[in-house]
Amino acid sequence: MRLLQWLRQRLFRIGRDEQLPVILTQRRIFIVPTGAGLLFALLLVVMLTGAINYNLSLGHALVFLLAGLGIVAMVHTFRNLVALRLMPGRAEAVFAGEIARFPLHLQNTRKQPRRALEFAFGKQAGVAVDIPADGLSSASVPYRTRCRGRLDPGHLTLATRYPLGLFRAWSYPYPGLSCLVYPHPLATPLPAPLPIAYAGHRRGDSGQEDFTGLRLRQPSDPTRHVAWKAVARDFANRPLLIKQFAGGAEEELWLDWSRTSADGDTETRLSILTGWVLAAEAKQARYGLRLPGCEFQPAQGGAHRDACLEALALYGKAER
Amino acid sequence: MAALVTAGPHVSHLPLWLSLLVATVFVWRAWLWHRRARLPQRWPLALLVAGSVAGIGWQFNTLFGRDAGVALLVLFMALKPMEMRTRRDALVVVMLGYFLLLTHYFYSQSIPTGLWLLIATTLLTATLIRLHGGAQPIAGIARHAGLLLTQALPFMLILYLLFPRIAGPLWGLPQDAHSGLSGLSDQMAPGSLNKLIRSGEIAFRVKFAGDIPPKADLYWRGPVFDEYDGLTWRAGASRVDKPPARPMIDAGGEGYAYVSTLEAHNQRWLLALDVPTILPPDSEMAATLETLAREPLRSRGRYAFTSAVRFRVNLSESPALLQQALRLPEVNPRTRALAAEWRVTLRSPEQIRNAALAMFRQEAFFYTLQPPLLGKHAVDEFLFTTRRGFCEHYASAFVFLMRAAGVPARVVTGYQGGDVNPVDGFLTVRQSDAHAWAEIWLAGQGWVRVDPTAAVAPSRVEQGITAALAADEPLPMLVRIDADWLLKLRNRWEAANNAWNQWVLGYNPQRQREVLSRLGFSEPDWRSMSAALALLCGAALLAITAWSLYQHKTLDPAQQAWQRYCTRLASYGIVRAEWEGPLEFAARVARERPDLAALTEIAAGHYADLRYGRGGQTQLRELQECSRRLPPKWRKQV
Repeated sequence: MRLLQWLRQRLFRIGRDEQLPVILTQRRIFIVPTGAGLLFALLLVVMLTGAINYNLSLGHALVFLLAGLGIVAMVHTFRNLVALRLMPGRAEAVFAGEIARFPLHLQNTRKQPRRALEFAFGKQAGVAVDIPADGLSSASVPYRTRCRGRLDPGHLTLATRYPLGLFRAWSYPYPGLSCLVYPHPLATPLPAPLPIAYAGHRRGDSGQEDFTGLRLRQPSDPTRHVAWKAVARDFANRPLLIKQFAGGAEEELWLDWSRTSADGDTETRLSILTGWVLAAEAKQARYGLRLPGCEFQPAQGGAHRDACLEALALYGKAER
Repeated sequence: MAALVTAGPHVSHLPLWLSLLVATVFVWRAWLWHRRARLPQRWPLALLVAGSVAGIGWQFNTLFGRDAGVALLVLFMALKPMEMRTRRDALVVVMLGYFLLLTHYFYSQSIPTGLWLLIATTLLTATLIRLHGGAQPIAGIARHAGLLLTQALPFMLILYLLFPRIAGPLWGLPQDAHSGLSGLSDQMAPGSLNKLIRSGEIAFRVKFAGDIPPKADLYWRGPVFDEYDGLTWRAGASRVDKPPARPMIDAGGEGYAYVSTLEAHNQRWLLALDVPTILPPDSEMAATLETLAREPLRSRGRYAFTSAVRFRVNLSESPALLQQALRLPEVNPRTRALAAEWRVTLRSPEQIRNAALAMFRQEAFFYTLQPPLLGKHAVDEFLFTTRRGFCEHYASAFVFLMRAAGVPARVVTGYQGGDVNPVDGFLTVRQSDAHAWAEIWLAGQGWVRVDPTAAVAPSRVEQGITAALAADEPLPMLVRIDADWLLKLRNRWEAANNAWNQWVLGYNPQRQREVLSRLGFSEPDWRSMSAALALLCGAALLAITAWSLYQHKTLDPAQQAWQRYCTRLASYGIVRAEWEGPLEFAARVARERPDLAALTEIAAGHYADLRYGRGGQTQLRELQECSRRLPPKWRKQV
């Protein structure tokens, strides 16, 4: 297997593309007849035999024209791929088990459109994309994730059989793509909040119980807290307002590694923690995360959530 | 739709029920597609297929003949689109379409068919493109298909010229491989030539090496008949027991060399000018002076002859043959009586002949293509009652008279005359020039040709059938053309057709050898030919690849000028990085090479204006000037 792998790598020149954009040159494109192409060749042989047998000159002409067509189709299929420029995009993080989508930005510098370009990772299902003449397009290539961590999907398989389907041309671009995969969340009830070590409010640090008034919205405030009804009454003149709550915030929610059951394995415990983070976020509660090796102070919001999930995803893994 | 285009022309020779069925299926499918309705289930289609196949088998009595095979293919072509669910099914339909195109050529290989080939192939290719590329505007698809085919043409030409031609057939052909060919038949009954004369099709074309003999001498010999049963003339000489000896010919006068291109007529006789002295290879002369090929003519062929128009044949003829030429059935008493009278009163066979001809000339005989029908005593009725007929009646009656008067005579059928096409100089002989005349054997002169039609309607022999018949006779329009421009058109079209036949369709191994030797391959064996083939194809492929992959670097003039400037600057040691804008670059140059700074600033300023501001032509020119104003490299840095 290793030998085969090595052979394949040498033969097809699969290696990381350090230089971006990835430009597909002739040396990186391989072409081979498809099943339909072989059938076509067989058809031509049969037709030629018929033409010879019945002495049909125009039959010969037809067969030769189709043979020429086949040869030219090879050039055209090859041309559909060559000089394509690829740039990797940023992939959104997903949970393990979901499908990660890697965006690719494609540029076609030719005067003819490129059609039916099929992108896939290995043997997985892929997408087909058309790029107009002298234009840009993007493709979102799916990859089914399995475990958490930073995912490097490996080399892309870019194939096409565009004009006539008689030949298949392919290439293996390998731009630097990576995607963060969070652990698969397990839905379990949240642990009870712990009392804060000291009492007293901090400024701007309210709970969610009592409505105390409105204030102007600042850009970092979540849109959930906007007083929509108030704004809707007089949209043109009023800026967006935030509801303020007072409330006892004597307790904090700590999502602690030690509070997950010690007899589960690491992955399960991480999954439980992930489930807690999502539940806490859904409840709009402030929560902190404590893992062996890192700690996140209680906070709330999208950025906090992403930071926690990233820590959970990369827990125990050597960075990058 | 491509399916319709390829299957369509077959309608002309498929049985009616099949054509209707195919048409119905197509219409149904088109309706389904239009409505985007679901395709029907498998089992009704299977029933339909089974029923149709049985029908075809019954109609053609076999499933393996040429016509039956074609009918089956057309049926599948019609029914497969009903069953098309996956891309692979569509692919099968397209492949079937390509194959079906080939089958057209069983029936016709004329120029229009050749053009149809191109159109249908384009359509099929466009279908494939649409299949693999998804929805696109039709103009784009058509253009792409056209481009593919245009690029395929050089390969087609190379292969067509150089691919080694093998003379078929490689194996036995099915029984009906050559049905549908027309021409002279191997028997003659009153009215049989009539049908042939009404056809304007070309029987053969002749290219004379030198002058063309006068029309009155152009008798092209086909089958010779010397057995009469009262109604039909047949060839009886083959029944003579002795193997027929080769006729002895004394040819007088100059010979005419010519090459005749005969259309296929599924018979063995080669229509040579009376009488041929040099025959083409693989042919022989029968005792009755017919030139016979070894195999019946199933495809168009070229034959080279030399003939002499003044000749004497067989001064001493075998008695068996002469005996055969005197046999008569017991019919036509009045004619017999007349002949007996002549036999007694007139001295020599020549005089009998002259008397007969005089009778034709002086009595009121008419030459027409619409004679009344004749009964049991055909010759009697013709000679004494109706007196209307055309060449076969006259020939038949004359020979009967001669035989009854004791002069050995026989009927010769073939063609007489022909029109010269002024465009290419070929003599064109059509089916409407079919003719029947007579030959009598005179002691001391051998077989002598007598054409009774010449006595009745001499213009037939001298000018052709159009001149001989009245205006209301049913001649095909192609033959009787009065308008001058129409005549010219017809001549041009036939010349083009002829060239097509000679060079494209007639490209058999001999022709290929000729062409190759003209191109420089003196002794083409398969090794050198395949080498040439590979070389030329490789060259064509390279050319097309280079053309396809060539990319215009589309830079506008400002970019080009700036690019040129930067490239020249690079040779001084300052390379502009890709991301550096013009003004930044100028600043960097000012730091690194102050002597070039001023010029670079100017250039960068112009370029920035052109690209991002409102630069005009003057700035473009000045930018271009900057490249030229760079100091030469040998100037040291100050």
